[in-house]
Amino acid sequence: MKKVIEGIAYVLGNDVDTDQIIPAEHLVYSLSDPEERKNYGKFAMSGVPPKQAGLPNGNIPFTENGQSESKYSIIIGGKNFGCGSSREHAPACMEIAGIRAVIAESYARIFYRNSVDGGFFIPFECATRLVEEVKTGDDLIIDLNADTITNRSSNKTYDLKSLGEVIEIIEAGNIFEYARKTGMIPR
Amino acid sequence: MGMTITEKILAAHAGKESVQPGDNIWVNADVLMTHDVCGPGTFAIFKKQFGENAKVWDRDKVVIIPDHFIFTKDTHANRNIDILRQFVKEQSLPHYFDVGTDNYKGVCHLALAQEGFNRPGDVLFGTDSHTSTSGAFGMFSTGIGNTDAAFILGTGQLWVKVPESMCFEFTGTLPEHVMAKDVILSVIGDIGVDGATYRAMEWRGDAIMKLSMEERMTLCNMAIEAGGKNGIIEADDVTLDYVRQRTDAPYKVYHSDDDAQYFFKKTYNASEMEPVVAKPHSPDNKAKVSECLDVKLDRAYIGSCTGGKTTDFMAAARLLKGRKVKIDTFIVPATREVEQDLHKKKLGGETLVDIFKNAGAYLGEPSCAACLGGPKDTFGRATDNQVVISTTNRNFPGRMGSKQSQVYLASPYTAAASALTGHITNPAEFINN
Repeated sequence: MKKVIEGIAYVLGNDVDTDQIIPAEHLVYSLSDPEERKNYGKFAMSGVPPKQAGLPNGNIPFTENGQSESKYSIIIGGKNFGCGSSREHAPACMEIAGIRAVIAESYARIFYRNSVDGGFFIPFECATRLVEEVKTGDDLIIDLNADTITNRSSNKTYDLKSLGEVIEIIEAGNIFEYARKTGMIPR
Repeated sequence: MGMTITEKILAAHAGKESVQPGDNIWVNADVLMTHDVCGPGTFAIFKKQFGENAKVWDRDKVVIIPDHFIFTKDTHANRNIDILRQFVKEQSLPHYFDVGTDNYKGVCHLALAQEGFNRPGDVLFGTDSHTSTSGAFGMFSTGIGNTDAAFILGTGQLWVKVPESMCFEFTGTLPEHVMAKDVILSVIGDIGVDGATYRAMEWRGDAIMKLSMEERMTLCNMAIEAGGKNGIIEADDVTLDYVRQRTDAPYKVYHSDDDAQYFFKKTYNASEMEPVVAKPHSPDNKAKVSECLDVKLDRAYIGSCTGGKTTDFMAAARLLKGRKVKIDTFIVPATREVEQDLHKKKLGGETLVDIFKNAGAYLGEPSCAACLGGPKDTFGRATDNQVVISTTNRNFPGRMGSKQSQVYLASPYTAAASALTGHITNPAEFINN
């Protein structure tokens, strides 16, 4: 596992639900076809109400029109990030768009599980409400050894919560690799 | 120390004498359910991880119920049904309810109950957050993603963190015009959309045990809207009557111990409950119907796993009979069985279908339909800035198809009363007259 994650921040608010992350009408594309899956990057975050998209100012699209990759690679969220449906298309579309980490105050349970078990990106929690501290476009660096995030645009560093018991799955890559490592399923 | 019903079921399925909240355990699945939106992704991961020719762990325990994007011309959505068919064929799966055949059912959570897959004491995983619905049968059921579902397909197991339990007790009897939907919206309003995150929501008390299975399903269905891992109600004679009519499979009834530990306990007096709505754009944005009477509506929608069951339509028909709706009103039975009930069941000599047609409502085919928006040609999909009253489960921005629309969640009684007046209306006005 890489020990630092660097990237540009995209900031969202509380209760970002999976219908905002990827509206249901787009759930028809194949996640395994290399070309078709790019649609998920294209429509990632397309359901977020414009005023809430890219805080604090809003009205910032997550991906440029027609592009499947975003220039943002770290999402900052508030409480209950990823609430709503169990659609794994939600963390998948974020990974396809280039997201490598999310830092939220808290997560909805299924979204958190999907992120970890599918190995899409690392879902960190931070006791500080970073939504108020980080602006969309800020330059961030996450130090995985120190469990900290530094906002290089404001020169402030914040502690992240320990990943706890899921760290073994995250380090293995996903739930299948973890199960192979522990001998539960054959290599 | 005593255990809750959720803890007992999880312990039994992990081969343990006892478990405690916070324990991470490997649990054996009795049923894995998937549908057209998440099945294709699940099968692709299963093949990638276990091999192109790998077989599922137990053919009899896999249930595939297409229900989301069914009556659409969307070619990608139709292709996904073909992927389900192909996998069913490759694996010779017996429990598949194909689109366009007599075997088609409709919304998975009600179809699971109607086809006898909900059995007290079992563990059921499904690739849909409203899988919590099955907890109404005194079983552990929860929603999972494609990766976890693929893992179960290969191994029959999944790691589960044992949840803390929250106990919601309702004493007495609900007023006649108050439904289970009002109860769950009230509770979500009290605890918030993350008030039960990672936790089990256990329902107890006289008022709960007087409810029909369908009303109990409504309560457990929306556990996820409070962030809950599962909703659960101990099985009783009402449960067993329903189950025995649907399956001969074995079951086991578990009860919570008197000294079981709860993270939270609250007792409500059921007779004090009132009709409520969840205002836009969150299921916890609760208001009493009596506080929203000035809200003008463009349409009413009665359907989904939450509000499209036979009892939901019996309630709506009671109000719509002999009257005309003032706004576009969409009736979407959850399953074929519900649809058949609409043709069979009568109120005052008139079938429910005739009551709805004569009232001026539009009838759709059984599926999830506009509950989650869906493809552009979905029946009842919200457009523009419509204000909708709906018996569904979520009113997030854009949920029913248009980001500009506003959705009020309500009971079938309240939705029907409001359809008759064109603004949010207390059903007591019609029921007591």
